Formats: sequence, C-alpha cells, structure tokens
Amino acid sequence: MHTFLQLVVNGVGKGAVYALLALGFVIIFKSTEVINFAHGSLVLFGGYLVVATRDALGWTGAALLGVAGAGLLAVVVERLLLSRSKLADPNSLALLTIGVDVIVTEEIVRRLGVSVPFIGAAWDAKPIQVGGITLFRTHLVAMAVAAVLITAFYLAFKFSNWGVAMRAQAENREAAALMGIRSRGVTMTAWLVAGLLAGVAVLFLATQDFSGAGLSRATHSIALAAFPAAILGGLDSTAGAVVGGLIVGLVEALSAQYISFDFSKSAVFLVMLLVLVIRPSGLFGTREITRV
Amino acid sequence: MSELATRTAVTATPVKAPAKSLRWLKLAAWLAVLVVLLALPLYLQAEWLKAGQWMMTGAVGAIGLTMLVGQAGQLSLAHAFFLLAGGTTYTVLASGTEDGRVVGFGLDPLLSLLIAVAFTALLGLAFAPVSGRLRGIYLGVASLSLVFLGLYFGQSADRLTGGTSTGRTPAPFALFGFTFDSSGSLQILGVPIRQAEKMWYLYLALTVIAFVLARGAVNSRVGRSWRAVRDHEASAAAMGVNVARAKAGAFAVSSAYAGLAGAMTVLWFDILKPDENEFGTYGINVSIAYLAMVIIGGLGSIGGALVGALIVFGLPQVLSLYSTQLGIFTGSGEGAFTPVLVSTFVYGAAIILVVLFEPGGLAAIGRRITGSLHRDRKKEGTLDETAAFPGPRGDADHRRVRHQGG
Repeated sequence: MHTFLQLVVNGVGKGAVYALLALGFVIIFKSTEVINFAHGSLVLFGGYLVVATRDALGWTGAALLGVAGAGLLAVVVERLLLSRSKLADPNSLALLTIGVDVIVTEEIVRRLGVSVPFIGAAWDAKPIQVGGITLFRTHLVAMAVAAVLITAFYLAFKFSNWGVAMRAQAENREAAALMGIRSRGVTMTAWLVAGLLAGVAVLFLATQDFSGAGLSRATHSIALAAFPAAILGGLDSTAGAVVGGLIVGLVEALSAQYISFDFSKSAVFLVMLLVLVIRPSGLFGTREITRV
Repeated sequence: MSELATRTAVTATPVKAPAKSLRWLKLAAWLAVLVVLLALPLYLQAEWLKAGQWMMTGAVGAIGLTMLVGQAGQLSLAHAFFLLAGGTTYTVLASGTEDGRVVGFGLDPLLSLLIAVAFTALLGLAFAPVSGRLRGIYLGVASLSLVFLGLYFGQSADRLTGGTSTGRTPAPFALFGFTFDSSGSLQILGVPIRQAEKMWYLYLALTVIAFVLARGAVNSRVGRSWRAVRDHEASAAAMGVNVARAKAGAFAVSSAYAGLAGAMTVLWFDILKPDENEFGTYGINVSIAYLAMVIIGGLGSIGGALVGALIVFGLPQVLSLYSTQLGIFTGSGEGAFTPVLVSTFVYGAAIILVVLFEPGGLAAIGRRITGSLHRDRKKEGTLDETAAFPGPRGDADHRRVRHQGG
C-alpha cells in the first residue's frame, strides 16, 4: 500500500507535465485541426536555450528565455510554413510538421553532441518526506505550475475575448470568419500558447527527478508520451488533455513498478489503444458524424 | 486522411486510356531501367552495389507503405515494427540451432522468407480491430504504439531476437542450394560474381516482384476498393465495398511488404540486432523515414515510392561513399555533420517543400512532364480525343472524379 501511494504521487507529478504538453496538442488541434508532430522539437528547443544561456543569464533568466523561445519557434513555424498553405488540408499539414520536427530535433541533438545536460532547477532538489512518502520538489513545482497555467488557460478560454474567438473558430471556421473573427490571430495565439507550454514542460522533463536523464533525444521521446495523453483524452477536449496527462503519468509509474521498467513506455501506448478501440475519439472527444 | 489522400495523392493508376504509343513508351522505359540495373554489377564496385541494395530494401518497404497511406488512405507509423517482425521471423526460421543462446529452426531460407512475409501480413491483419475503427491522425498515433511494442519485444524476447547487446546472425540466403555468398567461381563477362553481385540480383528480383505485384493490386478491383474507401468510407460502403475488409486487407498487404523489407534489412546488415531505444534500426525515425519516402514520391504512387527510397535511403549511402573520395564529412564526434545527418535534413526539408508546393510529390512532377509530352503529341494530331490529358494544374481532382466513376 505504501509503495502504491508513492507510485500514485509520482505518477500524478509526472502526469502534470504530460498534461501541459497534451494541452499544447489540444489547443493547436482545436483551433486548426492540425496535429503538431513538431511538439517534441519545441520541447527540445526550449530546453536547449536554457542549457545554452544559463551560465550567462542565470537559471531564471535562461528559463524565461527558453519558454519564450519555444513559443516563438511555434509561431515562426505557423507563420512561415503552415499559414502559407491554406489550401492544404490539416492532415497534410500534420505531415509537414513531421518534416519540421526531423530538422529541428536533428540539429539540436547534433549541437548537444555527447553531452546530456540536466536543466537544473531554481528550487532545492532535496525531496520532502511526508508520512513515509517521498515528495520530489520538481513534481510539486510541476503540479503547482500546471495547476496555475491550466486554470489560467481555462478561465481565458471561458471568459476572455480570445477564448470566445477560439471557441468560435473551433466550432466552425467559416462561420467564425464571417462573424469577423480573425482566424489569423486566433491560430497564431494558439501556436504561441502551445509553444510556451512546451517550453514550461521541458523545465521539468530534463531533470533528475522526472526522467533521471538530462536533455537529449530521449527528452523528445518523453514528449512523445504526451501524444497518447492528448489522444486518449480526446484531441478536442481541454479537460481530456488534463485527464489524459494524469492517466499517462499513472500508467507509466505503476507499470514500471509492477510489470517492468522497459514495458512502461509500451504500457502507455497500449492503454491508449484500448481506449481508442472502445471510444475511437477518446474519453472526452467529440464523435465524428458521417453523412453521405 | 481521406481528404489528405484526395488532395495530395493521385493514384499510381495510369490515366484511363492514355495513347497506346505512350504506354509502350513507358514500358520500354521501364525495361531500359531494368536492363541497366541488370548490367550494373558488371561495372560497379562492391560498396556501390551494397548501397544499391539498401535503396532497394527501402523501395520494397516504401511500395507497401504508399499503398496503405496513399491508396487506402490509412496513415501508419508502424512500418518499423513490421520490419522488425519480418526480420526476426526470417532469422528465427532460417538460422540453425548451433548457438544455444537463441532459438533457430534451420528451415530452407526461401521457405523462411515466404513464411516471414505471410506472418507479417497476419500481424497486420491482427491490427484490424484498431485500424478499422480509427482514421487519419488517430490511426497514425495508434500505430505508433506498435513501434514501442516492438522495442519492448526486441529487448525482452532475446531468445528470438538475440538481445539488444549482441543480436544474432541470420542464415545466408540460398535458393535451391545456390547460396548467396562469396563461394563458387561464377563469372559473367570476366567479372567474378561474388556475394555483392549475387545479393544485388536477389534484391533486384525481390524489388521487381514487389513492384509488379503492387502495380497489379493498385490497378485491380482491390485497388479500386481501397481508393473508394479512402475517398469516402460511407459512400464506398453504399456502393457495396466491404469497408472493413478493404481496410484490413490494405494493412495486411502493406505489412507483408514491410516484412519482406525487414528480412532484406537483416540480410543487408548480416545481423539482426533489436534496438536499445526507440531511435534505432527499427525505431520511430525509421517509420518516419519510410513515411518521408512515400510523401516525397507522391502518396499512392508506386513509382514515386521507388524514387523516394532512392532519395531517403540512397542519399546517406552515396554521401558517405563520396565523402572518402572528396574528403568531406571528415569531422567526427561532437557536432559533426555526418552523411546520415545531412540526409535527414534534406528529407525533412523535402517533406516540407512537397506539402507546401507539390502535394502530389515527385510523381506529380513526373506526370506533368509526361503530360506535356502527351500534349505536344496531341498537337501533332497523333492522339485521339479520348486521351485528352488534363492540364498540369487541377488534374488531381479531375482524375479523382474519374476513379469514383469507374
């Protein structure tokens, strides 16, 4: 029971980070129906900026720069490539993001070379003991940050003008455009927010507490685990992203302990497969209706 | 995916009723290519032949994937898993039991190869409950789970795969007692036929078979049902196409091709070595590389898949062969630009350019060239009216309508 509780705590801590990443997928998908396969490379890019500048700027400055950089790269990709091909359908644009991902990831991995730097943290890395359960500070910070960001996003989505515009566009692109909503602005902000969230997530990903490894190609593949999170929650559901993130975190932690560490990555995907077979559009996703 | 496919993929089917003369011209061109390929071993060094074999391995896999993604409209990132499955099956069946560490059956290599292909087809069929229910990107990500399962299988089933640290050696291929190695003293035109030359002919034969069968499938009733399902599932069902069967069939065929390519991969490396992480010979990056071949070549085009394989798998080979001659890529270690890295950049950029500027891929460019050839001939009045070729722009839609009608 004690181990189980410990695993749940760890799983939720990791799940918070996955939720941040999954939310990024969902925001982009909602506004443009594009799946961003380049999300992992945004994560790597943010992390690389932190590692490259932290000596000069200090951790906080570098972290801010990394988050901003990831957001900026997302906007650049959207403005420079995706917005240029309005005629192409969302699925071919998703293939395009694969091309972006390949290039950015390879370049950053080349720059990293053999070094696998930890991003480090501004907070004390010493774990806290509560009633025999170890709480990693990274997880605590991640949960707090995720809670704040997701709540902020939710409120903005519900009440701000941007949120209304975004929801309108998600509902019906053409109708929204006819109502005077600038799809350009909505799309751009969606990519910006997703990029920023990826930049925040990497601050927790490449640490001892989260993955036990530093920034490398493996970080990119950890970011890939946010795919199942977004999909099993339902690609067009923000609540689904949060639930999906937590499920992925828990499944990973529990299967690593009770089955085997090697299996934990596959377990996440298997759970996703199971959900998809039962509910093809995820737990909270809207069902597609086909008419002839 | 259906929209994607209709927009980007123009089928490899020859346009209905092109002029007879042009069809003969095409056939003659293919034959000329074949003759050149048959003659190459007499002129090329072994390392170039080896590079060519790698491209042919890619071509076989890419032909399978282009049928699935382009013709049947199902996005798959699982190709690497089926490569591993095919390679492992061949190795386990064909290899002997001398090495007590691993399981081997010592079957006839040709039989093993056939069983490996059949087995991967069955594995593809087994994925039908998932592939039948999902579409587009959902299916793409779902199929990614197979790659992770393959990674786990490679690590844990070391009695079969040889384990991630050492791997295991596959039995050399043999056909009715004729072994594809350096033995024997066969000579053609004074050129000794050793392993590289023999393997070249083996790979060429496999590629040609794969190519011809794929063309047949695409041009037949089966291919038509795939395209109908791709364009609109509900309409296809209404027209009497068994959607579930068409989808499952496409996945099985594509997996069988990947299984063959997997066996070719193992024979090429002369070792079966499962990956330690998800970025190896059978990892996500390989799935993406195959997808890149298919996109660059033009979704659904069998000929395009060949060219795509030439670019994605050929470039690193050619670059590394030239690098020793030209003295480029001499850097190593941290931050070096290796041939593989450069090729990755090239195909990443090629994907972006293709999606942005020519959704039909290289196949569409080729079609445009033959199309303009066609029009020139028409001006000369050698062509009948029915063969009118649609203009270079917007021809995709035109042809789609035709397919649906036919």
